[in-house]
Amino acid sequence: MTTRTELEIVSPGAFASIQDGGRHGHRRIGVPWAGVLDRRLMRIANALAGRAEDAPVIECFDGGLQVAARGGAVKLAVAGDAELEIEGTDGRRQLPPWRSVTLADGEALRIRKMSGGRIATVAIAGLALPPVLGSASTYARAGLGGVDGRALAAGLRLALNDADPWGSDRVLTEPPQTDASPIRLVPGPQADHFSAAALDALVGGDYRVTAEADRMGIRLEGARLEHTGAVEIVSDATVPGSIQVPGAGQPIVLLADAQTAGGYPKIATVITADLGRLAALRPGQRLRFATVSAAEGACIARAAEAGTQALIATIRALPADGIDLIALYTGNLVDGVVHALGAEHRPLY
Amino acid sequence: MSFRILDAGDAALTIEFGNVIDPALLAAVNALDAAIARLLQAGELPGVIETMPTFRSLTVFFDPLATDRDTLLAALQPLVAAAEHGTPVNGRHWRLPVCYEGEAAPDLAEVAQTLGVDAAAVIALHSGTEYLVYMLGFLPGFPFMGDLPERLRLPRRSQPRVRVPAGSVAIATGLTAIYPWESPGGWHLLGRCPVPLFDARRAAPSLLAAGDTVRFNPVSAEECRALEAGLRNGDIDPMQWLLASPAADSLTEDAA
Repeated sequence: MTTRTELEIVSPGAFASIQDGGRHGHRRIGVPWAGVLDRRLMRIANALAGRAEDAPVIECFDGGLQVAARGGAVKLAVAGDAELEIEGTDGRRQLPPWRSVTLADGEALRIRKMSGGRIATVAIAGLALPPVLGSASTYARAGLGGVDGRALAAGLRLALNDADPWGSDRVLTEPPQTDASPIRLVPGPQADHFSAAALDALVGGDYRVTAEADRMGIRLEGARLEHTGAVEIVSDATVPGSIQVPGAGQPIVLLADAQTAGGYPKIATVITADLGRLAALRPGQRLRFATVSAAEGACIARAAEAGTQALIATIRALPADGIDLIALYTGNLVDGVVHALGAEHRPLY
Repeated sequence: MSFRILDAGDAALTIEFGNVIDPALLAAVNALDAAIARLLQAGELPGVIETMPTFRSLTVFFDPLATDRDTLLAALQPLVAAAEHGTPVNGRHWRLPVCYEGEAAPDLAEVAQTLGVDAAAVIALHSGTEYLVYMLGFLPGFPFMGDLPERLRLPRRSQPRVRVPAGSVAIATGLTAIYPWESPGGWHLLGRCPVPLFDARRAAPSLLAAGDTVRFNPVSAEECRALEAGLRNGDIDPMQWLLASPAADSLTEDAA
């Protein structure tokens, strides 16, 4: 008799959901793309786990996610600056992120906390979910995608297809560097609904992420942006990255799950290349914006794509006996790697 | 008619025909949308992901790695010029049941009071008008419909509700809508429509499409509950409220 291999969600942590590259082609009937907030994390995690680059992953916020292998071994990979711990039959051990790992039946992986950003992405070998309108991404408001259209809850078990979990594990030898440079935006489509001083205030001032920050959008707090005309417009399309400004003058940046149309003027739009690191900011964190043209935004998108591909190209197989990471790293010493491992990660390998 | 090209970041641009709600603008938007769809089907707009038609503008979403703004604009300009003379879409006609009673109509009394009429007059005005579906958006299947009779026009509620129940029929400014999903909302709630407006299992998930027309048929709370039960267990097909499709227009025009 064969038992089915499953990944159990022991705890979803702050918030966890199944996402993929997004659900395209249905904005005209009010369906937002959903999908991962940071595409680069998804692509790295999937590459580490040997999956298609936009295959469904678990996206989680702020640590606390705990998953366990049930009925067999499970290979998974975590992208994001996370502090990880494996709870095995022989005790606990720490694990660096940016690598794949195979959990034996009964072993659990926990994201203790995030050391940078607030988003981690977990790719799971063998995870297959039926696409809804072309995507497995969870959009809970309309019950689309994921498992039963809902965020992940404790006790849920994800069925896994046969996948060889014992193949050699992989590591991203050059994890992405933290980038605290300004978030870049293109003015418009309704910059002309604001005073010139408003755009200056937006790109010159400090803004703070409020507690209202989720997959729909991020409400910011900072210099008030003055409308010159009506505070409401006849609704038109929003895009991921739209910076809409309601009457109180405080901007809201719309993200993957945001409504597809809105009646507030949009002073500017965050470029696609910077959406992931914007979404990763925690409540209370400060940020600055910088202006670019749409054409510059496209150049940045191409450079970001080349950067992501270069990162993914640094993925290497771990030695079969699997455990001499430090030798691997010191043989090819890269600051970012040492940094990502963190001082508190004593070598347990 | 003139138009403006507006940047919506590095991966979308908006072609705006105007800034008001006007069926003539909608005709231009829908003509441009149809022209782009034809090019997309012919494989002639590489990099375009999708389009989003609204009351007065069309937003084109594209992959900045697969195309660029200038190439796209060069391809779109002739279509935009032609679309300015677009004719209105010949949509389908619907007559949807609405319960304007009790819990289903939490704002009815207040709206009537504000407008200085009685509740029956509000219901008669709201259900006595044929509405055009201008666009779908905000939530999956959410139809922005208009125009409301002048006497029913009110600004949005000063305090938006945190929770508007699914099925709520609402008005604000010159528009009426049905909330297909529970969500926050700032419109005035006049009633409840039992018909599900969005179902991902259907070939066309949204019941309504831009260009359709809708009238409302008042039903009692009891009838509404019976309809809901029938719809839930599959005994009732939502298509029963479709009065006519464009091909049969001339035969049934009076039925609405």
